[in-house]
Amino acid sequence: MFRSLLELYLIFFRMGAVTFGGGYTMLPILRREITQKRNWMDEEAIMDYYALSQGLPGIIAVNVSVFIGYRRRRVYGAVAAALGIVSPCVVIITVIAACLSNFQDNVQVQHALAGISVCVGALILDAVLSMWKKGVKDVFGAVLCFAILSLSLFTRLSPVLLVVGSALLGIWMGRRKKEAL
Amino acid sequence: MIYLHLFWEFMKIGLFAVGGGMATLPFLQRLSESTGWYSQSLITDMIAISESTPGPIGINMATYVGYSVAGVFGGIAATIGEVLPAVVVVVIVSKYLEIFQESVLVSDAFYGLRPAVTGLIAAAGLRVMQTSLFRAELFRQTGFIPDFFDFRKLLYFALVFIAVRKWKKHPVIYIAGSAAAGIILAF
Repeated sequence: MFRSLLELYLIFFRMGAVTFGGGYTMLPILRREITQKRNWMDEEAIMDYYALSQGLPGIIAVNVSVFIGYRRRRVYGAVAAALGIVSPCVVIITVIAACLSNFQDNVQVQHALAGISVCVGALILDAVLSMWKKGVKDVFGAVLCFAILSLSLFTRLSPVLLVVGSALLGIWMGRRKKEAL
Repeated sequence: MIYLHLFWEFMKIGLFAVGGGMATLPFLQRLSESTGWYSQSLITDMIAISESTPGPIGINMATYVGYSVAGVFGGIAATIGEVLPAVVVVVIVSKYLEIFQESVLVSDAFYGLRPAVTGLIAAAGLRVMQTSLFRAELFRQTGFIPDFFDFRKLLYFALVFIAVRKWKKHPVIYIAGSAAAGIILAF
């Protein structure tokens, strides 16, 4: 039992340490480690976990890891997988954050960070466009998206409230659409 | 106790941020406003670093913010807080997998959630651009409208955006390039 939990922890530790960006970038490694090398489950199961994870709270990479860990060794496996994927990040980021705060007064570092922050804006805009393509299917979606955008920019409403409200609105609209048919 | 407070705040983020790492961004901006623990410019640094280092962005951002607020243990508290709700939710969903996959209620909820999350992230992105592309301070002092725009940065922004859309390379390439551009052009 302990050995198999350790194995799970180490698989996901490696994954957290070598994949950039998380989410779907993990998929090729998952396929090799889980399906091809160990034959624990087929690729379809992993794809299902991805689809489900996108619809659940939390970070997609963590959710997928927990699904796989749970399927192997129930709750203990789930915890081992989650700790595995998280541990390398905590170490790496802590070291970087510690180094960066020593450099931040340097003028060159400030120029570099200013350049980076322009780039980050472009990256977020790119992410928003692909989410729009995947998630906004009709007029209702478009109106809701812009309503939430304005509410978030111009009011102090909590994102928690906006998220819960939109889920309820989606359920209500879904019902109405089915009644209309 | 700052660690408990961090743990609690990030647990809320982990529970309500649906749709992956970037979806935690609006929550992190709101947390910065409501607690004053860190500045908005730390958030852009944090995104850049999280995208350029291994590991899921969502976890990296939580660790970075937690560390900035309360050191090593702050980073650990924030990260565990963010991951804990996901572990609980996924374990429950695993138990009732079939019921969950076929639930009309769940798919209807996402009919509203997906556009909403898109809007939330768009707002977060606009806030990032507001601090990096426009000079609100200078404009307030001079009242001269062209002073509000940082034309060099806007032009650079357009170039990066076109490059991102066209080549779809890994973010770390654009971030490293922009760090170099920032130094060369003295942004």
